[in-house]
Amino acid sequence: MKRSSWFNSTVAWLVYAFLYAPIAVVVVFSFNAARSGIEWRGATLDWYRRLFANEQVQSALKVSLIVAVTSTALAAGLGTTLALALEKHMRRGREVVNGLLAVPVFVPDIVLAVALLLFFGLMREWFRVFELGLVTIIAGHVTFQIPFVAMVVRARLAGMDPALDEAARDLGATPRQVFRHVTLPLLMPGIVAGAMLAFTLSLDDFVVSFFSGGPGSTTLPVYIYSSVKRGVTPEIHALSTLLMAVSVVATVVAMMLQRRDVR
Amino acid sequence: MNAAARRRDKGWWLGVPGIGWLGMFLVLPLLAVFAVSFLTRGEYGGYGLPLTIENYRRLAGWGELGFDPLYPVILGRSLALGFGTAVLCFLLAVPLTFFIAGLGERRRLVALTLVMIPFWTNLLVRTYAWQLLLGPSSWLSEAAAAAGFISAGEGLYPSWSAVAIGMVADFLPFFALPLFASVEKLDWTLAEAAADLGANRWQVFRHAVWPQIRPGAVTGFVLVFLPATGQFVIPDLLGGAKTALLGNAIQQQFGQSRDWPFGAAMACVGLVIMGAGLFIQRRINRLKEAGL
Repeated sequence: MKRSSWFNSTVAWLVYAFLYAPIAVVVVFSFNAARSGIEWRGATLDWYRRLFANEQVQSALKVSLIVAVTSTALAAGLGTTLALALEKHMRRGREVVNGLLAVPVFVPDIVLAVALLLFFGLMREWFRVFELGLVTIIAGHVTFQIPFVAMVVRARLAGMDPALDEAARDLGATPRQVFRHVTLPLLMPGIVAGAMLAFTLSLDDFVVSFFSGGPGSTTLPVYIYSSVKRGVTPEIHALSTLLMAVSVVATVVAMMLQRRDVR
Repeated sequence: MNAAARRRDKGWWLGVPGIGWLGMFLVLPLLAVFAVSFLTRGEYGGYGLPLTIENYRRLAGWGELGFDPLYPVILGRSLALGFGTAVLCFLLAVPLTFFIAGLGERRRLVALTLVMIPFWTNLLVRTYAWQLLLGPSSWLSEAAAAAGFISAGEGLYPSWSAVAIGMVADFLPFFALPLFASVEKLDWTLAEAAADLGANRWQVFRHAVWPQIRPGAVTGFVLVFLPATGQFVIPDLLGGAKTALLGNAIQQQFGQSRDWPFGAAMACVGLVIMGAGLFIQRRINRLKEAGL
């Protein structure tokens, strides 16, 4: 058994080709002059131009951004405080909370989505709240975002030197001051990385948005789904290319922040 | 922090908003699903009393017209798809992660990021790209036809193989990342020692390498198997009408069929599968930690 072998590297290169083939296809076709089919008919930026003129896309983009920004802000706050409580303060009930946090990660999307659909239905019936729309989509997104934020922030907390907190305390800082001037600044890269992860998760989510949304709250993935069902136009390629570019940039930035050492 | 300070530590309050949120938007909805699965479908698609286990009987195959294994078959097929996806991902992830682990530090980070990026691009987009890549008259389909896998002029999509390809492409990063975490820490001296003592390649892998990478492999397997079993977008877009699976069966009950109690019963089955998977994963990895 060798560390590296031609077999491993061949498979690895094939895997990369396999992972990137669909992405390459979409990007290439977004610049293809042909309206349908898989033939190359020269380059064009027409689809991007049409995309920016498409009102449905614009409103879906608006909905997606509102949902992503709001849910990410909420999840960043809730996930961070939960991570702090779990790593530093809680002694009992940790296992239960860990289990609770595992559920949104492992449960099939569709199960969470129909559970929320049922729950919102009951709430509407009993308390006249949670009409399906932006609010319900945001609530659903926050639910699956919290575990990911908490995970990233906890990893950051675990890597932090407890002596820093102690030093601040020994120098007479109140718990509030320790948090404000020591813990929070050190934690910030983790919170930002977790928030970016949460943001891309929200932007990419289809299933929960599909079930928790109402008319007038169509997110981009839901719009793409209905377009795929109707037959894809090259505008969708252009839209997808832009979406991918945003996700890739957000991911790379998040990873760079996460890799920065705790000093 | 000394013991007295710890006792005075009121910081656990910080956890309350997050736990409260999950209680409200995760626990209550799942309880609602559980409750509704024991109710009866109303005439116009709602649900109400009486309480019944009819939904579960139907899932087990006892319908109004006698025994019909439709739903057990759907369930079995979904489990097979989840299992098959996880196995294929494992077979690809092992060489991939060993390759990445063998790279230098900078290249390793790049190679790992390259595995991550598709994972963060929209699933729907990647899935319909496979529609294009596997459709009739695409060069992949033509190659498959030339090799005699499908008849000429036909596409690889829609079909089971298209679903399998789409699933593996989607879930591979979920397997590769936890596996890599184990492979990266691998102690190669054990493998070398085994080789020096005359073990062949398979024996080295089986006895010196596998026990070390098992926790990552088990986590990756569960991370793929569970969501893959309930996946609904990929079978929906790549499988055509022929491939009824747990995910799209649930979607159908909550959509066109409007039989929410029955759909809720299916969702509960999905939850039980998830619970069992997590339990097994924790068991195996804990045994490993205990040195067994």
